[in-house]
Amino acid sequence: MKVIYFDNNATTKVADEVFEAMRPYLCDLYGNPSSMHTFGGQVGVKIREAREQVANLLGCHPGEIVFTSCGTESDSAAIHGTLAAVPHKRKVITTRVEHPAVLTVCRDLENRGYEVIELGVDKQGRLDLDELEADLDDDTALVSIMSANNETGTVFPTERIAQMVTDRGIPFHTDAVQIVGKVPLKLSDSPINLLSLSGHKLHAPKGVGVLYIKKGTRLAPFLLGGHQESGRRAGTENVAGIVAIGKACELAADGMEDENTRVKALRDKLEAGILKSCPDSSINGDPDHRLPNTTNISFEYIEGEAILLMLDQFGICASSGSACTSGSLEPSHVLRAMGVPFTAAHGSIRYSLSRYNTEEEVDFTIEKMPQIIERLRALSPFVGQASA
Amino acid sequence: MWEYTDKVRDHFFNPRNVGEIENADGVGEVGSLACGDALKLTFKLDKDGRIEDAKFKTFGCASAIATSSVLTELIKGKTLEEAMQVTNKDIADVLGGLPEQKMHCSVMGREALEAAVENYRGGSAEKHELEGHVVCTCFGVTETEIERVVRENDLTTVEQVTNYCKAGGGCGGCHGEIEKLIARIQGEKVKAAIPPTPRTGKKLTNIQKMQLVQQTINEQVRPALRAHGGNIELIDIEGDKVTVAFRGMCAQCHLAEFTMKDVVETKLREFVSDDIYVEEDKDSVEEGHVHKG
Repeated sequence: MKVIYFDNNATTKVADEVFEAMRPYLCDLYGNPSSMHTFGGQVGVKIREAREQVANLLGCHPGEIVFTSCGTESDSAAIHGTLAAVPHKRKVITTRVEHPAVLTVCRDLENRGYEVIELGVDKQGRLDLDELEADLDDDTALVSIMSANNETGTVFPTERIAQMVTDRGIPFHTDAVQIVGKVPLKLSDSPINLLSLSGHKLHAPKGVGVLYIKKGTRLAPFLLGGHQESGRRAGTENVAGIVAIGKACELAADGMEDENTRVKALRDKLEAGILKSCPDSSINGDPDHRLPNTTNISFEYIEGEAILLMLDQFGICASSGSACTSGSLEPSHVLRAMGVPFTAAHGSIRYSLSRYNTEEEVDFTIEKMPQIIERLRALSPFVGQASA
Repeated sequence: MWEYTDKVRDHFFNPRNVGEIENADGVGEVGSLACGDALKLTFKLDKDGRIEDAKFKTFGCASAIATSSVLTELIKGKTLEEAMQVTNKDIADVLGGLPEQKMHCSVMGREALEAAVENYRGGSAEKHELEGHVVCTCFGVTETEIERVVRENDLTTVEQVTNYCKAGGGCGGCHGEIEKLIARIQGEKVKAAIPPTPRTGKKLTNIQKMQLVQQTINEQVRPALRAHGGNIELIDIEGDKVTVAFRGMCAQCHLAEFTMKDVVETKLREFVSDDIYVEEDKDSVEEGHVHKG
């Protein structure tokens, strides 16, 4: 059965070009870039190239790029590294809708005596910037706010936020894992101090990430034990992964246009088609400020995991904010923070597209959705009651 | 992804006995939209008092639907007395087992059956009445229900109880009470199963005590409160008196006086010292709390 992959916010297919670029470094070119011989040295050249490719996509200087093992490592490094550099400040500001890679770290800080402010969001997942402004003070060590939400695709006004925060002399970090490659960035003109990205969200393999550190940002090193990455992240380089993320960034820069036209059009078609053919369904998130590839739709009276398994029968891959998919008893923290009623949160499905999706796949999914929803609603004790 | 058996998948994709029997002899409804799963069971008896037909409607995940389907198959042809012997374990066994976190689905099946039989015998026509003392207010689970899953499935930890009947899966305020229930029911068995607490029996220095109080609040108390939008702040430690303040949802909670303080005190006595007592910070109680967002 053909796989229709609409779960690109979870992870993406490794691009063929990326795989070809990294392959030699898994086979013949196994040298250590730190070695004094030509065999290793040629690998070092390739890493420099990759650093330039990433810097090109982010619009910054290559010296501001540090390679890590994943987005989560980048987030942890940014948060802990900043706090270690300003040990006298004890307040951290973040949001209730962050990815666990940030939220869990911040909540752990609370256990260590930090004051952590979690900004709330409105029904469409938007922040109240006045609330943020009011919370900024001289004791604030760091503000970490994601660029775009992984579950709903809601995009925050990151530049404005960064300006507000850095105007007060406070460092600003953003988890940009979902937005890189979808929205153009020019970090050299931006006040953002720290930015995390992850390779496997943009068609590089899992196991490689990047932390952008603006020149002049104070950050304590997070892995000690070697001179790699200018002493900011010790450890022999994941050469193949770094080459891969470099190539992926190059492809992303080339494909940005496509992402915002063709992929966006596919998303819009899928969304409109489903909303039209499935009664009692609605979009979660901010329709005006949203990633071009993501839609999050709630189906009333039925439960997300059941929908996913039905989709799976047709080879369609998506994800859900339902409680049952995670093993916890409560639905997505993002949807709950937005005040989405439990009834709708349990039946929420996220479709996240990529440049590898086709119109046929979208049409096929639009065709299958109504029967899945109908089949499950026929089982639901709430359908009759609601219409009565 | 959950690892469902073929049997579970079969009953999910091809559920048996879907629907509602008109003029049913017994109707049982359990769960709710908010809880994430709900089941409505109807049955009809033949002239010999055996279940002639049973149908279900279920809102929930694959395992909730599969357990409902199996339940209807299991009880057909049985007398009510025989049907009442069906346990959640029987349902799970027919399905070749369920993931541990999904066991509550099988319990929901058994509860719906009880509610339907009760309804037939003259009980309420609507939702299954909560009988006895409610332990978990988040999911509305009573002491009777917890006791039953503990006995029938030989459970020894709070986590297992949460997996089997959801109790304790919300704010976590009832964890202490569930622990006591397990200890009462399982007696000696549970004592052996619980890993030793960090208490050494030696007298703690002041610094050790403070660190242990902090650690216990961080690890044993705060996660549960956070899960429900609340929080706890450690204000001060003087001798055996620990002063705390509750924030967020917990500060507004009417039950704070009875449950939260008790939970914290129980935990601290267990992990730090029997002499510990907890007081709520007066200032923070009076000024209340403006919850953001």
